[in-house]
Amino acid sequence: MSLRIVVTVKYVPDATGDRHFADDLTVDRDDVDGLLSELDEYAVEQALQIAGDADDAEITVLTVGPEDAKDALRKALSMGADKAIHVEDDDLHGTDAVGTSLVLAKAIEKAGFDLVISGMASTDGTAGIVPALLAERLGVPQVTLLSEVSVEDGVVKGRRDGDTASEQLEASLPAVVSVTDQSGEARYPSFKGIMAAKKKPVQSWDLEDLEIEADEVGLEGAWTKVDSATERPARTAGTIVKDEGEGGKQLAEFLAGQKFI
Amino acid sequence: MAEVLVYVDHVDGAVRKPTLELLTLARRIGEPVAVALGPGAENTAAALAEHGAVKVLTHDAAEYADYLVVPKVDALQAAYDAVSPAAVLVPSSAEGKEIAARLAVRIGSGIITDATDLEAGDEGPVATQSAFAASFTTKSRVSKGTPVITVKPNSAAVEAAPAAGAVEALTVTFSDKATGTKVTARTPRASTGRPELTEAAIVVSGGRGVNGAENFSIIENLADSLGAAVGASRAAVDAGWYPHTNQVGQTGKSVSPQLYIASGISGAIQHRAGMQTSKTIVAINKDAEAPIFDLVDYGVVGDLFDVVPQLTEEINTRKG
Repeated sequence: MSLRIVVTVKYVPDATGDRHFADDLTVDRDDVDGLLSELDEYAVEQALQIAGDADDAEITVLTVGPEDAKDALRKALSMGADKAIHVEDDDLHGTDAVGTSLVLAKAIEKAGFDLVISGMASTDGTAGIVPALLAERLGVPQVTLLSEVSVEDGVVKGRRDGDTASEQLEASLPAVVSVTDQSGEARYPSFKGIMAAKKKPVQSWDLEDLEIEADEVGLEGAWTKVDSATERPARTAGTIVKDEGEGGKQLAEFLAGQKFI
Repeated sequence: MAEVLVYVDHVDGAVRKPTLELLTLARRIGEPVAVALGPGAENTAAALAEHGAVKVLTHDAAEYADYLVVPKVDALQAAYDAVSPAAVLVPSSAEGKEIAARLAVRIGSGIITDATDLEAGDEGPVATQSAFAASFTTKSRVSKGTPVITVKPNSAAVEAAPAAGAVEALTVTFSDKATGTKVTARTPRASTGRPELTEAAIVVSGGRGVNGAENFSIIENLADSLGAAVGASRAAVDAGWYPHTNQVGQTGKSVSPQLYIASGISGAIQHRAGMQTSKTIVAINKDAEAPIFDLVDYGVVGDLFDVVPQLTEEINTRKG
C-alpha cells in the first residue's frame, strides 16, 4: 500500500535581506526576496529518505502563501517531491500560526495522508508550534523535534534531543513528524531534478475549496493582534581594541568595570 | 482579582528558574495559580508559594513520563476548566510551546510565543516579542479567547512575594489521544555542572575560530572562571566540536544573558538571531571586519588563543 507523505513548507523572506514589517504590521514580502525556509529543506530530505525506504510512497509538498510561494514548492519538487499543493487566497493575508494550522490541516485532510513532515520552525516566525497544532487538529500522534527518524510497518520512530534528556519515540501512522537541522544534510537539487520539477503537477486551492470562511483567517480573523513593531535602536558603537599582548587583561578590566568579575 | 494559570517546569520537585520568573510576570496581571505535574509535583509548593502562587494544583501519573506532550495538555486543560483563568502562562521551552499551542486550539484561544516581557493592558495582557533576529520589537495581544502566552527565560527578575500556595490535587482524565506517542527510552543528559544555557546570567561561546573539539577547553575554562554556560556557533556544532544542545542561534537556543562573550565567532545573521538581546556583548576575533563587532560593547581584535587564556588567568587572579 502506498505511503502518502505530505511535507508542509513555508516561503519566507531571506534572512540575509533587510526584513521588516509592512504598514499593517504583517511581514513585508515585497521588499525582500523569498525562498523555501531552510529548516523545511530538512523535512523534504527526510521525506525523500523515508519514501526511498518504502515499497511505494508518494510525496506531496504543501504550502500556504501568496503567488510567489510557488518558488518554495518548485524547490521542493526539484529536490524530488512528486507533486505540490498551493493554498492561495487574498483573504489569507495576515493569517497567524493558529489560522495557518487550520488551513494546513484542512488541506492535509483533503489531500489524504499517512505521514505529515514539517521543519522544526520557520526561519521568519520561529515559533515552532505549527507541527503540534497540526497534530492536535488532525487528531493524530505528534512525533516532533526529531534528529533521527524512520518509518517501518506503519510505525514511525525517532529520537528527540531535549535539554535534560534524549528520548526515543514511537507512534503508529497516521502521525505528524517534525525534524531538526540535525536530522541530516538536505540534498541539492540536480539539474535533472530541476528540469523534472517543471513538469510536476502543482494544484491550487483557495479557501472555498477547503470550506473555510474568510473571517476564520487573515488579519481580521487572527487569534492574535500586533499593536506595534519598532526597529531596535542601533547599538551605540562599543570600544574595540587591538590585541598587542594585553588584550585579555584589558578585557578583564572592562568586565571588572561592569561588575562581572 | 483574576487568576492566572502558570505551568510549572520542574525536575523531581525542583522548580526551574524560568517558572519563578513567570510568577513575577503573572502577578502583574492577576493571582498566580500554579500547575505542577509528574513525580515530585507536591514538592514544588514551597518554592512556588514563596514566589507568589496562591494555589498549587498538582497531579502525578505514569503517563507524563511514558507518553509525549499530550498527557500534559490534558492536565493543563483540566486546570483551565477548574480555574477559568484570565490568562495561561507557560515557559518557552520546546515542550512548553507545544503544550501551550495544543491547549490554545482546544480552548479556542490565540497564542503568543517567546514573549520577553508582559504587562497588563486595557484589552488583556500585552506581550513584548523580538522579531527578525531581534532587529525589531513588537507588542502583541491575544484577541480571541483566553490569552495563552509562552515566556522566554531571563524575561523578568525573580522576586519573592510570599503567598498561601495551598496544595490542591488536580483531577485529570486523560484523553484517548494521550497515549499516542510512546517514549520507549530516555537517556538523561550528563550534567556538566555548568548553568543551563538559556537560563545562565553569563554565556561564553566559541565558533569556527576555536578550530577543533580539543580547543573547546579554552572556552570552558573561561566559562568556569565566570560561572558561565558554554555556547557554540552552528559552524562549531556542524564540525562536531561541541554538542548541538549548546548551539546558540536560529536553529539552536536563543539566549539573553547579562553578558555574552563570543570567541572566534564572525556573527552571521543566524547566530545574531540567538544572542542579539544579550545585555552586554563582548567579542574576540582575529578579523577586524567580522560583523559581530557591530554588536559589541567591547571587542578585542586578536587571536583567541592568546586573548582567552590571558583573560581567564586575569579573572582567576582577581577572584584571588
